[in-house]
Amino acid sequence: MKLLRIPFAVLLAAFLATPLAAFAGAPKPVVKIENPGQCIAPADEMRRNHMEMLKHQRDRTLRQGIRGEKASLNECINCHASKTTGTVTGKDGFCQECHSYAAVKLDCWDCHQPKAGKHNAAHAETMGAKQ
Amino acid sequence: MNEPQNKSRRGFIGVAAAAGAGLGVAAIAPGLHLIEVSQANPTHAPSQGASSQVRWGMLVDTTKCASGCDACVKACATENGINETVQDERQVAQWIRKIDLTDPKSGRRHSLPMMCQHCAEPPCVDVCPTGASMKRADGIVLVDRHICIGCRYCMMACPYKARSFVHQPLTAQNPEVPRGIGCVESCTFCVQRVDKGLKPACTEACPEGAMLFGDLNDPNSEIAQRIAREATTRVRADLKLDQGVRYQGI
Repeated sequence: MKLLRIPFAVLLAAFLATPLAAFAGAPKPVVKIENPGQCIAPADEMRRNHMEMLKHQRDRTLRQGIRGEKASLNECINCHASKTTGTVTGKDGFCQECHSYAAVKLDCWDCHQPKAGKHNAAHAETMGAKQ
Repeated sequence: MNEPQNKSRRGFIGVAAAAGAGLGVAAIAPGLHLIEVSQANPTHAPSQGASSQVRWGMLVDTTKCASGCDACVKACATENGINETVQDERQVAQWIRKIDLTDPKSGRRHSLPMMCQHCAEPPCVDVCPTGASMKRADGIVLVDRHICIGCRYCMMACPYKARSFVHQPLTAQNPEVPRGIGCVESCTFCVQRVDKGLKPACTEACPEGAMLFGDLNDPNSEIAQRIAREATTRVRADLKLDQGVRYQGI
């Protein structure tokens, strides 16, 4: 009986240790913040609700013509576009990084411009100067 | 939607109510009332949005419009980021196009720009199965690409051939004018400019000043005064669509 008990104890120990090791080693998305500072809401709220904020805002802007609201996809891009690539998509892109990790397909960029463009260049500079 | 300002507003009202309780009134200071403070949002003050008091319209004077001139078409393409090369020329996005007309009896020729006529009774909106084709309160007819399924029923319904369909992936859009594959699109009266108080790009670019943009509902606006004074026509007025775009000299 003793011979049987030892492997069982080893197995039990291995079973308990494995999940801890697995979680510690799990890869996490690397989110690069280009302009550290205050977003429009605390980070945990942004992570959970940004899609809701954008969804409701887009309908008000398109259908009711209300512009200049707090949540805005263009403002996300102005602030979060990579300083090297100028975009929020691609490898290491602010949006792409998390969405690839969470396996959530983004179709915003079928229509929206993911690069901080001509209208945004001046704004991006002023944002940079503020930091 | 969970709006974070609700929490702070609640907190504010709680504090203000406690302060106001001592005074016995809901005024924080003389002339300053709670409602004004709670509605004021100095850092992010969104615009009021489209108003039904306004009806945006355009008057095109075809007697001034020169055949062969496409300044309006080019300005539209620049403003709205229409820069893709298409495989088949029938797929070209035509938000605005120039048309040359000849009267077969008299031989009289004239040229005019044709675009979305921004009907008050738009057939494209009537037929849209998803509600993507819509009319704003100020009369501008738009496509909500978020819910457009690309069925192109609206293209069939439009008597002016004003709508086009995007066949290929796009990458060089203007950040203020999202447009992309699988959706129908048309002239928006440059809504992104109109909301800033500017005129549509075509109107501004016309070298002859043949295009006039303004509020049809405002009797003091130039467009309303000219329509009241001069003879203007709507294309296919018999359809009773009450278009926002009118022409002179056709």
